[in-house]
Amino acid sequence: MTSFALSKPLLHMQAVSKQFVLHLQSSTSLSVLRNFDLQLMPGECVRLSGPSGMGKSTVLKLAFGNYRATAGHILVRSTEGEMVDITQANARTVLHLRSQAMGYVSQFLRVIPRVAAIDIVAEPLLEGGGTPFTPAQARELAAQWLQRLRIAPSLWQLPPATFSGGEQQRINIARSFIKPRPLLLLDEPTASLDPENTHTVIELIAEARAQGVGILGIFHDPVVAQAVASRTVAMQAITPAL
Amino acid sequence: MQPTELSGATAARDPHINFAYLDERTKRMIRRAILKAVAIPGYQVPFGSREMPLPYGWGTGGIQVTASIIGPDDVLKVIDQGSDDTVNAVNIRRFFQRTTGVEVTTDTLSASIIQTRHRIPETPLREGQVLVYQVPVPEPMQHLEPREVETRKLHALQEYGLMHVNLFEDLARYGHIATTYDYPVLVNGRYIMSPSPIPKFDNPKMHLNPALQLFGAGREKRIYAVPPYTPVESLGFEDHPFEVQRWDHACELCGSNESYLDEVLMDDQGGRMFVCSDSDYCGKRQAASLAAASVATVGLGAA
Amino acid sequence: MTHIDTLAPLLRVQNLGCAYGARTVVRDISFELWPGEVLAVVGESGSGKSTLLNAVAARHTPSTGEVAFALKDGDLQDIYAMTEAQRRMLARTDWGFVHQNAADGLRMNVSAGANVAERLMALGQRHYGNLRTQATDWLERVEISPSRIDDRPDTFSGGMRQRLQIARNLITQPRLVFMDEPTSGLDVSVQARLLDMLRMLTRQMGLAAIIVTHDLAVARLLAQRMLVMQGGMAVETGLTDQVLDDPQHPYTQLLVSSVLQP
Repeated sequence: MTSFALSKPLLHMQAVSKQFVLHLQSSTSLSVLRNFDLQLMPGECVRLSGPSGMGKSTVLKLAFGNYRATAGHILVRSTEGEMVDITQANARTVLHLRSQAMGYVSQFLRVIPRVAAIDIVAEPLLEGGGTPFTPAQARELAAQWLQRLRIAPSLWQLPPATFSGGEQQRINIARSFIKPRPLLLLDEPTASLDPENTHTVIELIAEARAQGVGILGIFHDPVVAQAVASRTVAMQAITPAL
Repeated sequence: MQPTELSGATAARDPHINFAYLDERTKRMIRRAILKAVAIPGYQVPFGSREMPLPYGWGTGGIQVTASIIGPDDVLKVIDQGSDDTVNAVNIRRFFQRTTGVEVTTDTLSASIIQTRHRIPETPLREGQVLVYQVPVPEPMQHLEPREVETRKLHALQEYGLMHVNLFEDLARYGHIATTYDYPVLVNGRYIMSPSPIPKFDNPKMHLNPALQLFGAGREKRIYAVPPYTPVESLGFEDHPFEVQRWDHACELCGSNESYLDEVLMDDQGGRMFVCSDSDYCGKRQAASLAAASVATVGLGAA
Repeated sequence: MTHIDTLAPLLRVQNLGCAYGARTVVRDISFELWPGEVLAVVGESGSGKSTLLNAVAARHTPSTGEVAFALKDGDLQDIYAMTEAQRRMLARTDWGFVHQNAADGLRMNVSAGANVAERLMALGQRHYGNLRTQATDWLERVEISPSRIDDRPDTFSGGMRQRLQIARNLITQPRLVFMDEPTSGLDVSVQARLLDMLRMLTRQMGLAAIIVTHDLAVARLLAQRMLVMQGGMAVETGLTDQVLDDPQHPYTQLLVSSVLQP
């Protein structure tokens, strides 16, 4: 990771609102977030808490650019040190940020047919121009990560479509952690994991934080939340607009 | 094959038909096409092909070209597969005798116009002679690209990759380039041309030939030309260059090792012999060796 | 903005429109494409997406607008201001076009090897041995057994023909590839294999691509960006995952919700 000032946030969400307009349901409007503010500094692990339906996943998806904000600004620090407002940025810029500046672990692994587990994990290292890794080196590193997350070597050459939920989740995690990025967005990373692997994930988060990575996450498991979160943001129900 | 009695013969011209059968306007139109063809060596010039008294596929293109350039003082030779004696050659020659009354010959060197189907005479031609080829399919890329709109573009833009696809296919299928006749050539470094179904053996003769070479395709309505002393190069690959055919035999009648040989079946038991395809060339060689032999005998006798 | 914006686009389409008399089939489409980016143009039948692709790929002259491509020397040039010879040269070297029906993009009466090597011969390569080696190499890359190099494509299955088409197009290392529904009509497993290959090749070769498809899953798998067309107009555009997960336009929402999940 490049050196950066510890005083600048990695993520700054300013007065962000998100409203879904469901055109197929007579254009019903669903307000999920209103005037949401958040700043995430390097080394922090901020936990979004609250009952389901409060918009926790939405916050992560907005930060990643997967959802489009209805109002407000979402500033992400690029590896060059600039604060980029992804609500205004073009697709190319956001893709670049995703490649270098932020990672996202969704709740579910989106399975690509035919690609072996080890290649899925290795892929982030080979993406983009000027990668220093050869395919062989990337795969070797991927193997190490798979081992750490206790994926049996017999599974490495198989596409994960037939894996259990927990195995898929671990592949997802390996894929996100293999390429260190300053900002990490985690959506229920331990949801399908057994205690052993849960513990590994806690370790990974701690290691990342020690390196200055900032983490924004949703952790339902109170044990995990306790272990990893340095701060908690409680999400509240939005009162419907009058 | 001995020269027949038609050498030097003239026949009475039929006064009811215009000289050389075509009307003068048509001849002018064809000459304009020829001029354009000569100006752009290898380029296929469309022309208004007329109905001729023989069907398509029998040399109507070549006949129209000859008819447009022939004059009363010309001496005409007509060959088909190298021979002056085949049905085609005889009929076409008779046609011109009847419509022009010009002198006809089998002697390659004394002819001013030679119309040919599928061969170039072995005897080297000289300046001032015209060789008229009968062409069935003028477009060298036709069987790979049947659309004329497209082939015209390819020629115009000099996009000839397709020609090499053809040769590539031959190499892939047979291990060698299997095209043995109508072998495509590059004329004057610009246009790729079909030389008509002459054996590839004859291709080198086209290169820097002192004679004017004209090509007529009656059914397809195209005329093209190779002016005298034009470079003509047969296509090939760097590692599979163009090669002419070779025989293990010599001509059994005249002993030539250098001419294109026809294989003639002698009987029903598979007996065969190889003889020159060019009847005039072969005949001259035989006459020369007979003369040499008689001189030797006379010399011996005198001794 | 970050330094990445100073890189010039590979392709710029501005206010592109195609009309047949009074009927407007493509209306006012604009977008840019950078090296290595894959854009999916998604829409249903009649949306104008294929016409758009053909207009951008110089196969169909547009009625309005401009298409500019950055030649190797770097400058963006209006492709319709070029001579036909230049456009054809471009189409043979720097561009690829993968047809929906492989037979449209292949010479069916010529061997697989000749199909793959044709572009090289068109560029002047004249060494049979080298041509054959390169053809063999590319057949392997698209997972066609090299033993089939002398076989004609009419003896190939649909999936193999499609892969052969891809090899034929990519052998000259084009920087931009156009694909018109490259996987439609193929069996699911065959599709998967082809998509995987396309994904790998576009990444390995840093290809920019415009893929027309009606299949949202194909768009998600292959493209980083997406353009949704309806009635000839671009109704929504953006990152593929964003358009699919957070569709804004009513039509996009309809499309996304209509897809069956197995």
